[in-house]
Amino acid sequence: MKHHNRILGTSSLILTLLAAGVATAGPTMDKIKARGAIVCGVSQGIAGFSIPDSTGKWSGMDVDLCRGLAAVVFDDPNKVQFSPLSAKDRFTALQSSAVDLLSRNTTWTMQREASLGMNFAVVNFYDGNSFMTKKALNVKNAKDLGGASICVTAGTTMELNVADFFRANQMKFEPVVFVTADETAKAYETGRCDVLIADASANYSRRAQLQKPDDHIVLPELISKEPLGPAVRQGDDQWLNIVKWTHYAMINAEELGVTKANVVEMRSSANPEIRRLLGIEGNLGEGLGLSKDWADRIIRHVGNYGEVYDRNVGQGSPIKIERTTNALWTKGGLQYAPPVR
Amino acid sequence: MTPDAPARRDETHRTALVNDPKVRRIALQALLIILLSFAAYSAVKNVATNLANQRISSGFGFLSQTAGFGISQALIPWSETMTYARAYMVGLVNTMLVSAVAILLSTIFGFAVGIARLAPNFIISQLARWYVELVRNLPLLFQILFWYLAILAAMPPPRSALNILGSVFLSQRGLTLPQPVIQPGAAILGVAALAVLAAAVMIVRWSRLRRERTGFGMPRRVSLGLSALAIASLVAVFLLAGAPLQLDAPQQGRFNLSGGVTMMPEFAAFAIALTFYSAANIGEIVRAGIQGVGKGQTEAGRSLGLRAGSILRLITIPQAMRIIIPMLTSMYLNIVKNSSLGVSIGYPDLVSVGGTILNNTGQAIEVIAMWMATYLTISIATSLFMNWYNARIALVSR
Repeated sequence: MKHHNRILGTSSLILTLLAAGVATAGPTMDKIKARGAIVCGVSQGIAGFSIPDSTGKWSGMDVDLCRGLAAVVFDDPNKVQFSPLSAKDRFTALQSSAVDLLSRNTTWTMQREASLGMNFAVVNFYDGNSFMTKKALNVKNAKDLGGASICVTAGTTMELNVADFFRANQMKFEPVVFVTADETAKAYETGRCDVLIADASANYSRRAQLQKPDDHIVLPELISKEPLGPAVRQGDDQWLNIVKWTHYAMINAEELGVTKANVVEMRSSANPEIRRLLGIEGNLGEGLGLSKDWADRIIRHVGNYGEVYDRNVGQGSPIKIERTTNALWTKGGLQYAPPVR
Repeated sequence: MTPDAPARRDETHRTALVNDPKVRRIALQALLIILLSFAAYSAVKNVATNLANQRISSGFGFLSQTAGFGISQALIPWSETMTYARAYMVGLVNTMLVSAVAILLSTIFGFAVGIARLAPNFIISQLARWYVELVRNLPLLFQILFWYLAILAAMPPPRSALNILGSVFLSQRGLTLPQPVIQPGAAILGVAALAVLAAAVMIVRWSRLRRERTGFGMPRRVSLGLSALAIASLVAVFLLAGAPLQLDAPQQGRFNLSGGVTMMPEFAAFAIALTFYSAANIGEIVRAGIQGVGKGQTEAGRSLGLRAGSILRLITIPQAMRIIIPMLTSMYLNIVKNSSLGVSIGYPDLVSVGGTILNNTGQAIEVIAMWMATYLTISIATSLFMNWYNARIALVSR
């Protein structure tokens, strides 16, 4: 299956590239409208970010961003096709136009923008790599991990960060590399490795899924910066802007106190910032090729950033990750959006 | 000069160039080559242009950049600061290692199964039959996962590793053995070993020639004496050079055993799965080969008074090999290609390491082209060798 995805992805990439004169500017919206749905590349299952339930319905932070986009374009958050991708296959899928965007807890790095032909739109989750290990091993911090076997997922920044970390601290380690995050976690659980490395958020979500969560500990150190966010192909600025402003609308809505529950009352608010956001005053949405009530649709169908955070990874979820760096800038965090004006 | 010669030349002249079959054949071939090279050229050019348009980098320059990731099994020296090209070589060596081990073991085991399948003993032949039917009909990927999980489940965690003979450890992290560490002065030992080997080869050749000439083989007493002499002289050199090889015994560390050399469970599970799966197929090939030799051959052997084992070894198998080898070649090629499944259990083979390179550099087309070229080279080399061997054992008409 994974194999197939990669082979399909790569062969369609090659086919696209073989065709002479592929148009590269501005066609994403046209394609989405013709198709009647957004194709969103997500993970193969990371609780809180993108994971299907037993009925096949997807949920998570990254999923809600795609639902927000579908709300903007179609006024219907369900017009999204989710395409689960392994870390290894994700960029090929984006490059070959198999997906319209990657919303797959993907780290924004310079190399990915410089040589993979992609642009990151925003950071929807500030994260860092951390280690999970067994409590019985009595490890207090990451510097105690010399000589450990570490389970890693292939094709991620972790594979590089873990090597950097051990090299910088002059310690040895044994990497055991698997293709999917699930295989990696399973190998950790069976005892193949002492340590599982993942984004801190993913480690917390994984720990909650283990048989005995209390036997495991996520070490407090973050060994890297992992700004996670959605990415699109280069060369389609309109689509890039739409993805950016979908996230910014959710941030601004939280800042202004507009929620899924009160958005209808807020339409008659006197606050000019709220009136501009909801499209009561001005017509900013049309400049992006959207409707006047574009942000209203996002909040109505999906909610603001705080609501999305809370129900997927925050206190309203089993994962319970503190807001800290992902709090609004007004509350000491890093989430900040340019003004709607 | 004959009078009609100029007339004939005239006739050739009159045939239009278009109708000359030889000219037409060459022209058509040339046209085909031009068309094919144009198609290849425009494909390459389109790919390059489109990659540039999409701002995806291309070319093989990435191979000399620093890789920066770790690889768990490296038979050639490896560190994170080395290049992508080196990482690819590490993966290639791992692929070749598991293929070679699986080819060797599955050939030995496969021959045993094939012969057992034809054994007059009912239980042995039925056991071999059920083994073949079971293993041959289950998907290989499934068997790889089975062996991997079976090994991980059966082995103790590293902190309570099974200790065999004091310095060999068996755990979920693999089989750890003491590692011989080369000390200064080991070169003398190497030279001595080569000298002993050369002497042995010469003595064996001389003794064979002597037997062909005189009909007398080397008496057993003499050959045993010579072997003892060879071993004794090597031991003497080893001691005189100050024992230049020492063993680095594994020690219990905080997480794992440190020191020694470890065979990863991924390698063991993968080699076992590949061997068992391929051996079932080779068993059938061997059975077909043996049954393809005329029954009269066995009967002739029996009437000469040979024992069953000798008939098999001297008459049946040499003739069966002519049937077996071509099929065995394609089985070996399958083993090499199946070795790409190791990625499913985290064995760092060509596909696993190449996949990491592909993802870190984003250069899908280049890496896939390298994979294709590498597998093609290994496969062609394997089949050239097998073809040479096949020609060597083919029926020689005297």
